[in-house]
Amino acid sequence: MTLKETKSGMVVRIDSVGESTLKQRLMTMGLIPGTRVEVLNSAPLGDPIAIRLRSYNLAIRRDDAAQIEVSQVN
Amino acid sequence: MSALSVALTGNPNTGKSTIFNELTGARQKIGNWPGVTVDKKVGVIEHNGRKISVIDLPGTYSINARSQEEQVVSDYFKENKPDIVVNIIDAANIARNLFLTIQLMENGIPLILNLNMMDEAQRHGIKIDMKKLEAAFGMPVTNTVGRSNKSVRKLLDVFTNAVMTNYKPSKLITEHIDRVHKIEQSGLGATKIEEEIISARYDLIDKIMSQAVTVSAAGKTLTEKLDSFLANGVTSLILMVAIFWLMFQISFEWIGQPLADMLGEFFEETLAPAVAEAMAEAGVADWMQSLVSDGIIVGVGSVVNFVPLIFVLFICLSFLDGTGYMARVAFVMDPIMRRAGLSGKSIMPLIMGFGCGVPAIMGARALDTHKDRMISILVTPFMTCSAKVPILALFAVMFFPDNAGNVVFAMYFVGIAAAIIMAKILSVTTFKDHESSFLLELPPYRLPDPKTVLLEAWDKGKGYLIKAGTIIFAMCVVLWFLSSFNSDGMTDEMDQSYLAGIGSAASVVFTPQGFDTWEAGAAVVTGLLAKEGVVSTIGILYGADEIDPDEAEDAAQALLGTTMAGAFTPLAAIAFMVFTQLYSPCVTALGTIKKETQSWKWMAFAFFYTCAVAWVVSLIVYQGGKLLGFE
Repeated sequence: MTLKETKSGMVVRIDSVGESTLKQRLMTMGLIPGTRVEVLNSAPLGDPIAIRLRSYNLAIRRDDAAQIEVSQVN
Repeated sequence: MSALSVALTGNPNTGKSTIFNELTGARQKIGNWPGVTVDKKVGVIEHNGRKISVIDLPGTYSINARSQEEQVVSDYFKENKPDIVVNIIDAANIARNLFLTIQLMENGIPLILNLNMMDEAQRHGIKIDMKKLEAAFGMPVTNTVGRSNKSVRKLLDVFTNAVMTNYKPSKLITEHIDRVHKIEQSGLGATKIEEEIISARYDLIDKIMSQAVTVSAAGKTLTEKLDSFLANGVTSLILMVAIFWLMFQISFEWIGQPLADMLGEFFEETLAPAVAEAMAEAGVADWMQSLVSDGIIVGVGSVVNFVPLIFVLFICLSFLDGTGYMARVAFVMDPIMRRAGLSGKSIMPLIMGFGCGVPAIMGARALDTHKDRMISILVTPFMTCSAKVPILALFAVMFFPDNAGNVVFAMYFVGIAAAIIMAKILSVTTFKDHESSFLLELPPYRLPDPKTVLLEAWDKGKGYLIKAGTIIFAMCVVLWFLSSFNSDGMTDEMDQSYLAGIGSAASVVFTPQGFDTWEAGAAVVTGLLAKEGVVSTIGILYGADEIDPDEAEDAAQALLGTTMAGAFTPLAAIAFMVFTQLYSPCVTALGTIKKETQSWKWMAFAFFYTCAVAWVVSLIVYQGGKLLGFE
């Protein structure tokens, strides 16, 4: 599963960040393998989504999250 | 003794600006870093007989030089060796904040780590052992509590030459730096190396966190509760409209307008007669009296009138920004803005464009990508800024007395539609190869520090005052000259003046739009200098003596008896409104576009393409309207 496909309320762990032009920015913001991510609310029409990781909230578009492989932990 | 130099660095949303404002008060200078339009803030203070100069570096997540801000911080540390560098950390968000800390330490920059908002962290179940953190890094750790001034002033006692002497990087840090060197020399590709280093930094953060920080599960925070309404689904859009409606009510109706009326009264009833009297007594030449009274005071006064509106609007915007709500606006607007080829973050400059385009264009700095910045700058001028409102109000009341409100609303819509359509066109043509993305921290909701809100509003709004004192002043002098002189000298016959000549030359262009009188041409030309000029020019030229741009109804009444009523058909009036709504930004805005894009080419583009759009749309409106049988 990728982060793009997650639903509000899910808790997941990042398996790999995948290749994208955003990769280094995503990693700098703390999205690296092993990180626990909670999927929070979403904007109208369900995109972008708000996620919580490392005690802070981050907004990300579903398309930008499409390369991030995750597995569900809850 | 030279001043002790202190640099403040940290992530965005850490309360760094508030600490800087508290340390330096109003004794700060704001400029731009050389070559880029990122704020450079410096303040000098005296504490216990020592001089301390504090510099506030832009908030960044890293120093990888991917954005202007990052470039500035990275260059600053390459070129400067401040005596003390304070890394401000949002204690509630320590895990991600330490990333920058570690990157700075890798570059051999000695730091004081200041944990800000410890109280908030505790509420979120985050406990930080400062002694252990100090040992883990081998650098001094201090703390400040939210908005407590006392705790911030205490920092000043820490700022001494001797503060760093007893500290050296811990074994943990030196080992990490060795590891980074090994990765750098591993012979991998540049991007792979960068990624390995980023992972190594988070490895170290995890180690330090396990030594000095305990995180216990906290219940739902206030931020999460608020976000389930303010940043979730369709309700968030409705609440957003309500919040902005309230903001515009405050700015334009409840607080801003009454203040503006008081200021206008002062100009008209106190200042103008006093100056006229003084000049008459002093025996100043007639032409000079006319220049000062009819030209400068009236002209500059009409602009200064708008100052309270603009400042109240900016105070509201800075307040909303300080609460963290603006990040949510960007979030909920992203789905809409993305379809227009923009990012949700572009909404902020566009909203500011309803007040004044100049700070709105500067506001585009905050956007991530070149594409988002450029498109926002180029479409912001289509928004109905406060200087365009009097034009709409005057024409709507005069030609459509029964439907004035609807006509003005429709014109706002024309501006917004033009901005969205042009953004879409620019994003699939000129900027089609550029990436757009949206990655935005949603900071916790906080009550902003009043001092910081006021300083920010002043910083954004002061450009408007400067404009009144420079461009508008000069414009009034020129306009007065052009309307009072012709090749034979001074004249009372305005339709013989230079301005009439210029106006009739310009008006030729507008034959297909139905408003090809020299008066309309002259109004369009003066509107290039400042949109406020359009209504003033029309007032002067059509011979209604006193036009108060704020009193559209009276002005319309006064003008109804003049030749203006016959000069425009209702359809031509609509075409004129559409044209003035869309055509070139005023010279101040053009100057700002030049400064922000650092390009004469883009400034020229902004001028010509907006004029072209305005000309074509007003043509379609007029000719289309005629085909449909309107007049």
